[in-house]
Amino acid sequence: MTGEIAWRIAGGSGDGIDSTSQNFAKALMRSGLHVFTHRHYPSRIRGGHTYVEVRADDEPVRARGDGFNFLLALGDSFARNPKEDAYYGNEQAKPLAENLDDLREGGVIVYDEGLLDPSVIDDFDERVAANDWHVYPMDLRGLAREEGREVMRNTAGVGATCALLDYPLDPIKELMGDRMGGDVYEANSHILDVARGRANDFDHTHDLRMPTGEHETDQVLVSGSNGIAYGAIDAGCRFVSGYPMTPWTEVFTLLSQHLPEMGGIAEQVEDEIAAAALALGASHAGVKALSGSSGGGFALMSEPLGLAEMTETPVVLVEATRAGPSTGMPTKTEQGDLEHVLYTSQGDSCRVVLAPGNQAEAYEQTRLAFEIAYDFHLPVVVVYDQKLSGELRNVDAAVFDREPSPDLGAALTEEELSEAAHHAAGTFERYQHDAASAAEGVSPRSIPGQAGGRFLASGNEHHPTGHISEDADNRVTQMDRRLRKLDAIRERLDDGDTNQVRHGAADATVGVLTYGSNQGTVHEAVDRLVADGHDVASLSVSDLMPFPATEVREFLDSVERCLVVEMNASGQFRGLVQRELGAYGDVLHSLLKYNGEPFEPHEIVEGVGGLDGGDPATAGTRYVPAGSD
Amino acid sequence: MSFTPLRDDDAEREPTDKSAFTPGIEPQATWCPGCGDFGVLKALKGAMGDLGYTPEEVLLVTGIGCSGKLSSYFESYGYHSLHGRALPIARAAKLANPGLEVVAAGGDGDGYGIGGNHFIHTARENHDLTYIVFNNEIFGLTKGQTSPTSPKGHKSKTQPHGSAKDPVRPLSLALVGGASYVARTAAVNPNQAQEILKEAIQHDGFAHVDFLTQCPTWNKDAKQYVPYVDVQQSEDYDFDITDRREASAMMHDVEDALHDGEVLTGRFYHAPDRPSYGAEKRAQGDLPEDPLAERYFDDDADWERSYDLLDAHR
Repeated sequence: MTGEIAWRIAGGSGDGIDSTSQNFAKALMRSGLHVFTHRHYPSRIRGGHTYVEVRADDEPVRARGDGFNFLLALGDSFARNPKEDAYYGNEQAKPLAENLDDLREGGVIVYDEGLLDPSVIDDFDERVAANDWHVYPMDLRGLAREEGREVMRNTAGVGATCALLDYPLDPIKELMGDRMGGDVYEANSHILDVARGRANDFDHTHDLRMPTGEHETDQVLVSGSNGIAYGAIDAGCRFVSGYPMTPWTEVFTLLSQHLPEMGGIAEQVEDEIAAAALALGASHAGVKALSGSSGGGFALMSEPLGLAEMTETPVVLVEATRAGPSTGMPTKTEQGDLEHVLYTSQGDSCRVVLAPGNQAEAYEQTRLAFEIAYDFHLPVVVVYDQKLSGELRNVDAAVFDREPSPDLGAALTEEELSEAAHHAAGTFERYQHDAASAAEGVSPRSIPGQAGGRFLASGNEHHPTGHISEDADNRVTQMDRRLRKLDAIRERLDDGDTNQVRHGAADATVGVLTYGSNQGTVHEAVDRLVADGHDVASLSVSDLMPFPATEVREFLDSVERCLVVEMNASGQFRGLVQRELGAYGDVLHSLLKYNGEPFEPHEIVEGVGGLDGGDPATAGTRYVPAGSD
Repeated sequence: MSFTPLRDDDAEREPTDKSAFTPGIEPQATWCPGCGDFGVLKALKGAMGDLGYTPEEVLLVTGIGCSGKLSSYFESYGYHSLHGRALPIARAAKLANPGLEVVAAGGDGDGYGIGGNHFIHTARENHDLTYIVFNNEIFGLTKGQTSPTSPKGHKSKTQPHGSAKDPVRPLSLALVGGASYVARTAAVNPNQAQEILKEAIQHDGFAHVDFLTQCPTWNKDAKQYVPYVDVQQSEDYDFDITDRREASAMMHDVEDALHDGEVLTGRFYHAPDRPSYGAEKRAQGDLPEDPLAERYFDDDADWERSYDLLDAHR
């Protein structure tokens, strides 16, 4: 390992673990380090084992690491009654007990001895000795009570962390000063000092130290949800409609807070059918609109999604996937909704699906989603997952320093409408009035209220004016025109900067193919393999529909064997690749993970090793060799 | 400017020629001879003409079913949407461009069955819309199945032993939901129908019109909704339509009476002072003063940037 610190703060849900970790990560970023966070939390408001990892280094950090090396174990204030141990295990002990398996050799443990008792954990002392862990028991709760308030035990833990890692308190205090009022700030600042003092009373036997670094450019700490929401704002989206559901709620919340302040509209409605239908209504009336949900809520959007395809109403829908089926594991990550977003709704699907690989791509591809939706009059789905949704990472602020693009795409002004083809009955031929643009399948639209633009949008098959028609020739003409848009979009995407990212050895014989949020983890794994002398390269795909067939085929042709990495149980992405390319069945091996946790880099390293006859699967993954179902 | 300036909703307007709402090539409607749906179409054209609207100012959003075809026979901007989903589409369009006169329409299965959730919530939020529900107490386009408003005991191919369910109470549901104008009219009473639609369109809030539309094909044994009584014209009924309790009691009686063969129509509730959702939202700064849709055509509009939000991330 490098000189990185992977700090895990563990405790109970509702104990402020998330906010403490965010502040710590931001302080590290401000002091010049690169940071990346990974969140693990239960679907509970109060209690339940939760942790956040903050991985920090002086070089860019792209993913969660292999385990971690510093554990700050706080108590769970809302742990379940010990009588429920048979179902849930000893929740009181979990902040310590559950976090030992992934703690690296030589790691540090600070635990709150006011709330945690290691004697209830099997073989604790033996494990400490065997792994060369350095343990610093501190009564953080008692310290917080004596010197401030009990709730400040998280702050005490941060103070102890800083002492043990030889990291200054100033960046932490500065950040607290930005957020807290006078008395609260003073009390927390005092706790930091006291906790540092007590931690420094120990003989520090460990080697870990916080690295030091410097940023040359302005950095911001953002999540994938920030990327999506900000991409929408800069694309001119001023209408959001939704219904709360984890993890989509994050994007919904951001847009609900920002859009009304920007002259936009945010609507929380009765269900996801309504949410998507509202977005269609707003878009039809001439506004750039977004709706979204997570798996179950997105299922309810199938109807309006199909209506958007048929009526050619532009809309951007985002799907934040989580572990399914059904309610599944609401706060755990998975990529099990791939086929769902590609094919849901009746009839041949005519949509675009993009899967950004990181925070910056979330921003770029959400902008792109609006551009495509409004230029080509179809729904664009941005699919991401619980992992990308909540991961915080430092990103160059310049990523967001862009001009807004509120352009409404293929929409006509009244002047243009007066020249456009109209039916003999006087109605505007909204669906195919313009032979030139029909080559791309797009027929520029009018907006209700405009003079000379009257038409009917209909979910029934329709005549160019929009009127219902079951004429066989018209049906085929309209169907072909709508589907032609996908070819035109593929062409536009191929002509622009690619959304697929190739990474690794130039002349690789082994490939790693993935999509969406696994990108950073795959890159780290590939870098390690290349550093160890393996000829490995990866391709991270974002365009899922229309599929980047040429690029993926080129990549697969350039390697001898390929590992397809995805977070679901049935290899849906591998299935998509084979469906789109119609070959490669004997080349594509799958590495799957569906236990609710994102991949760690070593799992992919070992998966690649499997291609050469090694043992490819780890405890959390499943390896499916080529040719098997 | 790419929109014709939209006129003040409250301004008095000169009547327009209602024939403007008949498509240039008049379609032969697919409704059966004697269908009550023709009555809705005629009343809507008359109401819009009387109120001085032009087809370009009107967005008619319909659901699916015989009733959903209304948008095919009425000349305006139209959106023939999904079964039960006309309301969420209509209300967003109204928020996006309050200058549009938005009317939603669908059948009783559409509005009170599959779209019931949207009906309750659109009423609750009091969107400035007119919602016409074609109530024929039957599923027509799918050939005569029992619908949410079919009376108890109604026999059909899907309910061969008769429906064991009490029917939905549409007026009461609208009132409890929060609608600020609730009326019932009938296709067989064209003058009243047109007047009620005019009131509903002018009403600033959610106006629900339960429109009795006889189905001569699939509900033969059902009434033609004659004789009908206009409760405002009759001396037998005396209640205050602005009083929620009196309105509620009256609606309950009216709903029961229909199944005893007595067709009572008229206005049943009116809360003229309840602000519409748009007004509420605008008052708290959550809806722009000018139609949002027009901003996209304004070359001088300022568009905010996410870059200016980044301080919270530094």
